[in-house]
Amino acid sequence: MSAAKNRHNTEDYLQMYRQMVRIRAFEDNANQLYLSARMPGLTHMYSGQEAVAVGICEALTDEDRITSTHRGHGHCVAKGADLKTMFCELLGKAEGYCRGKGGSMHIADQSHGNLGANAIVGGSMGIATGAALSAKRLGREFVTVCFFGDGATAQGLWYEVMNMAALWRLPVIYACENNGYSEYTRTEEIAAGSLIARAQAFGVEAFQVDGQDVLAVNELTQQLVGRCRKGEGPFFIELDTYRYHGHHVGDINRDYYRSRDEEAEWKKLRDPITNFGKWLIDQKIMSADELVAIDEEISADAQAAVQYALDAPYPDVNEVDMHVFSGVDHALEYTGGAHR
Amino acid sequence: MTREITLSKAVNEAIAEEMRRDASVILLGEDVAEAGTPFKVLSGLVEEFGTDRVIDTPISEPGFMGIAVGAAMTGLRPVVDLMFGDFLYLVMDQLCNQAAKTHYMSGGKLTVPLVLRTNMGATRRSAAQHSQSLQALVAHIPGLKVAMPSSAYEAKGLLKTAIRDDNPVVIFEDKLMYQDKAPVPEEEYLVPFGKAHIKREGRDVTLVATSSMVQVAEEAAEALAGDGISAEVIDPRTIVPLDEQTILNSVRKTSRAIVIDEGHQSYGVTAEIAARIGEKAFYHLDAPVIRMGAMDVPVPFSPALEDLTVPNAAGVAENARRICRGELIHAA
Ligand SMILES: Cc1ncc(C[n+]2csc(CCOP(=O)(O)OP(=O)(O)O)c2C)c(N)n1
Ligand SMILES: [Mg+2]
Repeated sequence: MSAAKNRHNTEDYLQMYRQMVRIRAFEDNANQLYLSARMPGLTHMYSGQEAVAVGICEALTDEDRITSTHRGHGHCVAKGADLKTMFCELLGKAEGYCRGKGGSMHIADQSHGNLGANAIVGGSMGIATGAALSAKRLGREFVTVCFFGDGATAQGLWYEVMNMAALWRLPVIYACENNGYSEYTRTEEIAAGSLIARAQAFGVEAFQVDGQDVLAVNELTQQLVGRCRKGEGPFFIELDTYRYHGHHVGDINRDYYRSRDEEAEWKKLRDPITNFGKWLIDQKIMSADELVAIDEEISADAQAAVQYALDAPYPDVNEVDMHVFSGVDHALEYTGGAHR
Repeated sequence: MTREITLSKAVNEAIAEEMRRDASVILLGEDVAEAGTPFKVLSGLVEEFGTDRVIDTPISEPGFMGIAVGAAMTGLRPVVDLMFGDFLYLVMDQLCNQAAKTHYMSGGKLTVPLVLRTNMGATRRSAAQHSQSLQALVAHIPGLKVAMPSSAYEAKGLLKTAIRDDNPVVIFEDKLMYQDKAPVPEEEYLVPFGKAHIKREGRDVTLVATSSMVQVAEEAAEALAGDGISAEVIDPRTIVPLDEQTILNSVRKTSRAIVIDEGHQSYGVTAEIAARIGEKAFYHLDAPVIRMGAMDVPVPFSPALEDLTVPNAAGVAENARRICRGELIHAA
């Protein structure tokens, strides 16, 4: 971890710490909701990768856009979302970000520039690039970050849109969270050659960074965002990271593809929150007690948010054919479709 | 003032007018700029609007479709040119999983105002991968609107409506009709979605026909008139939304219906419209509703075979005569 630049950054450091802890707390609660059978469906935990989402999103403004993935809670929290509204969405409640119509894999938070998680692996690469085209055409300053996993680098769409982004010099940053696995398969088995070399082949400047080091991620992203705003994009970043849980909450017995020792080692030596917390203490920015107080406060917030969501009402059945078309109240009346 | 212009010119005018009216409208596709597309439909637009707004893309259909979705979500109104309707299969994820569902999945927070212009139509001797009419494929997907202009007039008015719509709209132009002329007003007009056009009034049989099949139906109606059979011809103009009311009113009057569309017959547009007539006007019917779609085979190259696969006026007229005589066409 690099040295503290100066004490003016204290607020920023604390914000990064808090945001990482919020993501971890969110995921711990989501996991409990699943395990206690109170959450419909499955979900993919972001725990372990917090420094990626937070390091990047803390370099962005609300105007800047992101696109997210099936493992998207971290991106959503880091971009500024509210935990209550997120839990409501996870539970399919009317007050959720998408009125319960999207769920974990489709959370979008327009108010903070999150264009949405995506359940198609690699499915948002075009959307992110298109958002960057909007910025350029409309003469707006916003930058778009496209989050995706190592597995998504096997989708042809990335090469198509990165080619266009490079040709047209679009303000987009492709951020690949390499957590070593796509589902139950090691990255080495699905990726030939090097990922950054692929981006470089398109003339896209590419970087590799330790995805467990929030300051390193943030510093690099700040530079690249600044350069994007000056018309120097696109860029590619590969962030080395690790997911603590299984591929999804139901992936519990995973010895056949990943060893417990490997998991334990990452958690012990490379945890982004523990390491950043130690650094804050070493640099005398915060005391251990102060950090514990933050952890406790956030943990209580998250639990209150869960309770709020559990008590919140489901959408009225009347909403089932709403929001199919913009400008149309009820799609079935409009299309003459069926069964009302 | 009305003059006669080609369908191609009508499309070009619609886009030019909307690009002048709204700076957020951009055009995106392969060879759309200087070349003006292989069909020359877009000639001249790049000269007026420049390469910032008339954007040539690499041959990356999923890529530029996806870019259009993201651009539409963030303030632009992209009009995407997909060179052949057959290439829809390449863009299915971006169109059907992303564009069509974004508004719904986001609970109405995000909108995707984009237009996908593509074409359809066989008998151009282009064989199985450049001749398909795939409107049923997209009409099946909730969240997409689907327009099928039957002349230059509709092509212009529907496209202008599509560009102003806040939803993803797919427009199918029949590539054999690009040079067909029709009267088109000089002054601005729109053709609304979900409003069928009664092209010809009649008493004995309703011919519901889309796109180029409207001409086929009109020709059949002309022939039938000689036999004393009065056919009503209805052009739905958009199949999503579908103007069910106009179709049902007609069938209640004529008590017979034939539905004609150039997509494959099975599981197709004709099947959907026929089923709705069957469900909602059953007791008014004097004969089974007849579907006439393209033959359920890949489109063959040889002219001797290809012409057999598409509904024609003689076939429509023959089916109409038979149901009017009370004959069963597909007896069990
Ligand atoms: C197009 C597509 N193919 C397959 C899947 C099933 N699937 C969901 S997540 C996943 C693995 C993705 O791996 P990666 O991109 O590395 O992301 P990670 O899960 O590691 O965050 C797969 C195969 C899918 N959702 N979409
Ligand atoms: Mg992965």
